[in-house]
Amino acid sequence: MNDSPVRVEDFLKRYGKFVAVDGISFEAHRGEIFGLLGPNGAGKTSTLETLEGLRSADGGVLRIMGVDPTHEAHKLRDLIGVQLQTSGLPGSMTVREAMEFFCAYHRVAPRPDLLQRLGLSEKVSTQYYALSTGQKRRLALALAIAHNPPVVLLDEPTAGLDVGTRTELHGMMREMKDAGTTILLATHDMAEAEKMADRVAILLRGKVVATGTPRELTATGSGFTKISVRTEGGSLSSADVAFPGVSRQTTQDEYAVYFTTSVGPTLSAILARIESHGVALVDLRVERPSLEERFLEITSAGGAQ
Amino acid sequence: MKAFGNHFAFEFRTGLRNKELFLLNYLFPLGFYALMGVMMGQINPGFVETMIPAMVVFAILSATILGLPSPLVEAREGGIFRSFKINGVPALSILSIPTLTAAIHAVIVSVFIALTATPLFKAPAPVNWLAFALLCLLAAFTCAGLGALIGVISANTRITVLWSQLIYLPSMMLSGMMVPTSILPAALRKVGLLLPSTYAIHAFQGLAQGQTAGINPWAAVAILLAGGVLAFGLALYLFSWDSQNATRRGHPALALLALAPYAIGALLF
Repeated sequence: MNDSPVRVEDFLKRYGKFVAVDGISFEAHRGEIFGLLGPNGAGKTSTLETLEGLRSADGGVLRIMGVDPTHEAHKLRDLIGVQLQTSGLPGSMTVREAMEFFCAYHRVAPRPDLLQRLGLSEKVSTQYYALSTGQKRRLALALAIAHNPPVVLLDEPTAGLDVGTRTELHGMMREMKDAGTTILLATHDMAEAEKMADRVAILLRGKVVATGTPRELTATGSGFTKISVRTEGGSLSSADVAFPGVSRQTTQDEYAVYFTTSVGPTLSAILARIESHGVALVDLRVERPSLEERFLEITSAGGAQ
Repeated sequence: MKAFGNHFAFEFRTGLRNKELFLLNYLFPLGFYALMGVMMGQINPGFVETMIPAMVVFAILSATILGLPSPLVEAREGGIFRSFKINGVPALSILSIPTLTAAIHAVIVSVFIALTATPLFKAPAPVNWLAFALLCLLAAFTCAGLGALIGVISANTRITVLWSQLIYLPSMMLSGMMVPTSILPAALRKVGLLLPSTYAIHAFQGLAQGQTAGINPWAAVAILLAGGVLAFGLALYLFSWDSQNATRRGHPALALLALAPYAIGALLF
């Protein structure tokens, strides 16, 4: 028996003749942050909304903690916490009222601790319409997790947030994950996905075109590691030298930049050259291909990888 | 039960806190009442005879037919119902609680009118206060049911205003609120019988004010009750959570069935 809290098998969603999601499958395990990535129109929102019970599936099997969201939506409410991309609350509802309102429907005590942690304790009497975008998103997150659901679905949770709140929110996500909560994270922010997600699926035109850990995905790309070197007087960047494994080299500001598939030999050769010429090394950076680069690579190739 | 109480308290406060709703629930009907009391008493002395039923029905129409539908449409458009659905707020609460609170605001204004119209404008007070109170609740329930139905079937707030005005404006002219229905041409009198306000005014006159009603007041009560139950039932049946995901159990045109009791009334009287 499959006991993954989130299970999607051959999920199909159509709008008229348009196929928005074309038979995708993935699972999110207990205590895992699973990233759902893709450009606009890839099918992320359709997938999330069907898992949330807001839309019906046209085919396949979807389960949240064993519950079918299409036919048993009423059983979902205590199993999931959802932060919608556009969080809908009445404009005249205050922060405190919102917390009391949703907690009452979940039959749990209100969580002023969450409001404090998310920097909303001074806004408890402020009506929703008067909150800033960031405050609205923080409130939406507080409401989504106030009842301690085993599965949390977050749609662009950090969009519009300042750095401090974003860091706090990432910390909360890690705590929830450590406590065994399964988090499904839909985001456009590749840096966030790379930093937070244990595994990701990249959706393109309704299909899953890549899945795995961020490290696995970046490793399966073109695989170029970027080595940037800055030496005193820019002697290296002005030198026309071929290093082993380097397929392309360029100059950016005062840095000589090398793209290589053989990091070790290239790096050794660069350092040997610097040493042999008695040049002072100012800065050296080795950067693996990012998830964003891999994502762009996959999506620009139309998923044909 | 706690959730219902919490939701109810919030909606009731919204009726006072939201400027538009406060205007429609209190300022507009009470302002109109004061204006009519001062002006109509001088222009048409006969108006004071029906002043309390007329102003009470006006207050009810303002809070329910004008005030109730738009917030429902805006909530659906703004994704509030989606958020409610995810968090387990039932459709019955989403419709019944605003209906109930709009009706209560209307009843508060009605009681104020009934208590002040006699000392301020020499309007005859109700002779049967119990009947007056029950009729206030019934008329408010019926009109709130129609308001909820308008909110449920309207695609956007512009359409909402159109539907609301289709009931509200004829009610002002043809239900006996401003002029007695007996002086209207027969064809317009029949049109007036398609409106709940006409039956409400006749019921108030016959059962609460001790006056002669143009139609059997008990029949008017039965028609109002049937109209209210039908309107609210249809609102619940046609309710949709999401304007983007327009899966409904029936076609919005089914809402016309809510007018069936009034159409029967028009055939009978």
